[in-house]
Amino acid sequence: MAEHSITRTPVGRRPGRYVLRAVVTAYLFLLVAWPLYLVGRNALADGFTSLGDILTDPDVTHALRLTVVIAVTAVVINTVFGVGISILLVRYDFPGKRTLNALLDMPLSVSPIVVGLALVLVYGGREGWFGPTLEAAGFQIIFATPGMVLATVFVALPLVIREVVPVLQEIGDEQEQAARSLGANAVQTFRRITLPAIKWGVIYGVVLSLARSLGEFGAVKVVSGNVLGETRTATLVVEEKYLNFDKGGSYATAFLLALVAVACIIVVSVLRPKEDR
Amino acid sequence: MTSATLAPDRPAAPRRSVRSGLPLTRVSGLGLGVAMVWFSLLVLIPLAAVAVTAAEGGWAGFWRSVTNEQTAATIRLTVGTALLVTLVNIVMGTLIAWVLVRDRFFGKRALEILIDVPFALPTIVAGLVLLSLYGPTSPLGVNIANTRIAVFLAFLFVTLPFIVRTVQPVLAELDPEVEEAAASLGASRYTTFRRIVLPSLTPAIAAGAALSFARAVGEYGSLVLLTGNLPMRTEVASVRILSSIENDNIDSAAAVAVVLLAISLAVIVVLDVIQRRVVRRG
Repeated sequence: MAEHSITRTPVGRRPGRYVLRAVVTAYLFLLVAWPLYLVGRNALADGFTSLGDILTDPDVTHALRLTVVIAVTAVVINTVFGVGISILLVRYDFPGKRTLNALLDMPLSVSPIVVGLALVLVYGGREGWFGPTLEAAGFQIIFATPGMVLATVFVALPLVIREVVPVLQEIGDEQEQAARSLGANAVQTFRRITLPAIKWGVIYGVVLSLARSLGEFGAVKVVSGNVLGETRTATLVVEEKYLNFDKGGSYATAFLLALVAVACIIVVSVLRPKEDR
Repeated sequence: MTSATLAPDRPAAPRRSVRSGLPLTRVSGLGLGVAMVWFSLLVLIPLAAVAVTAAEGGWAGFWRSVTNEQTAATIRLTVGTALLVTLVNIVMGTLIAWVLVRDRFFGKRALEILIDVPFALPTIVAGLVLLSLYGPTSPLGVNIANTRIAVFLAFLFVTLPFIVRTVQPVLAELDPEVEEAAASLGASRYTTFRRIVLPSLTPAIAAGAALSFARAVGEYGSLVLLTGNLPMRTEVASVRILSSIENDNIDSAAAVAVVLLAISLAVIVVLDVIQRRVVRRG
């Protein structure tokens, strides 16, 4: 497959090729590479002072910790749900499967603000559909960590599914059937046969979900209430510091987030071709 | 395949064929039940709540909210700019995919990674990133902050991967021999592209365009720092919804949200139709 994607140019070496190459490189340079570089430069403009400042600011470190906790929780939930629903979609037959299949992609095309609003309408403590009942039972969802986890799970929902489903379809179910006919139960079949086969798909899905979850902003902003030192995540720190004219702190936090995001992409792009070769 | 680094933007969904499988067993049936309850609590019921809240004010209330001068301006700006950005993406996305699949040069791998950056980068950071090159302290000397061009640029940035990643795998599967045959029969490069390559790419381009349009319409994070959110000028629909929520005007927020949801739903239907047509043809 890898050889196939770098095919020869059908019609020789023409100047047009170099023009296209130059146009594409310039476009990506101006739109992505140069701006990205400048954020790094601005963050490190005064050496590591800004970075040091934010890493010693208890409010920021609290926000960073909260971001990690929320993202990891969301990724775990989405991985379990994603792998489960992928197996159901690929291996089983049930009414409404087609609709479910289409609806699962919905979170990718819904505005994060609408996601936040939707969650507030149902789980809001004052007027939500379930919120007052849950709050009476002692569970606060909105303006608290559970709501932020829900919002993050919502926006990253399809990522694991989109990775795992194609892999499941490709490997087929012969081996699973063989295992079952030899007496393996469902858990054994999953652990010994299915999971090793879909391992890479799951790993990509997890890495992508993690990148997406760490960086979620709009939906979390609506449901968090943005309480300093309590429900503030790293992306909210970037906004707040920028609006409060603490550009150094804002760029430094943004730089940290950008580093993690780029690292996630590089991990995926380094892992993926290996598996295909 | 080296090309598709990031799958979310690859047409994994359109390929997700729904062929028949085993009937549900007791365990898998229970699993499906749990999954459906979770999916309903998380996605379906909240989205339904948006629609119900918008409907509570009646048709007249909904219409009043949506046609409010300031709100209508945000919807016009959002949809108009999203359409424009999608058009640019159709051209540039196809071009980028073409170069990444057919060309070989030093640094191509780096370009592959750049394509995925807008997907993984937090949107608020994306806004800051664009601000550093095109904002008040721009080394280029251009300052587009707080203008409509900033909205356009932010949309362009966040939607970059969609068409590239849907077209790339299809283009890689395309057999160059057909193009060589066309060329050897005297077709010009342009004719070959228009008659041979483009028809096979159209479903992928359409799927990518739909996703890119939906993403742009709902964009929020990258605009916060970049556009200043000036009413009637650079305010987009998502920002309008948020300010309605903050002003405790939930009905109006829900009304605009329903418009955005309708657009998302339309995109999903379009994707589903494209998928069916591709399956039928393949």
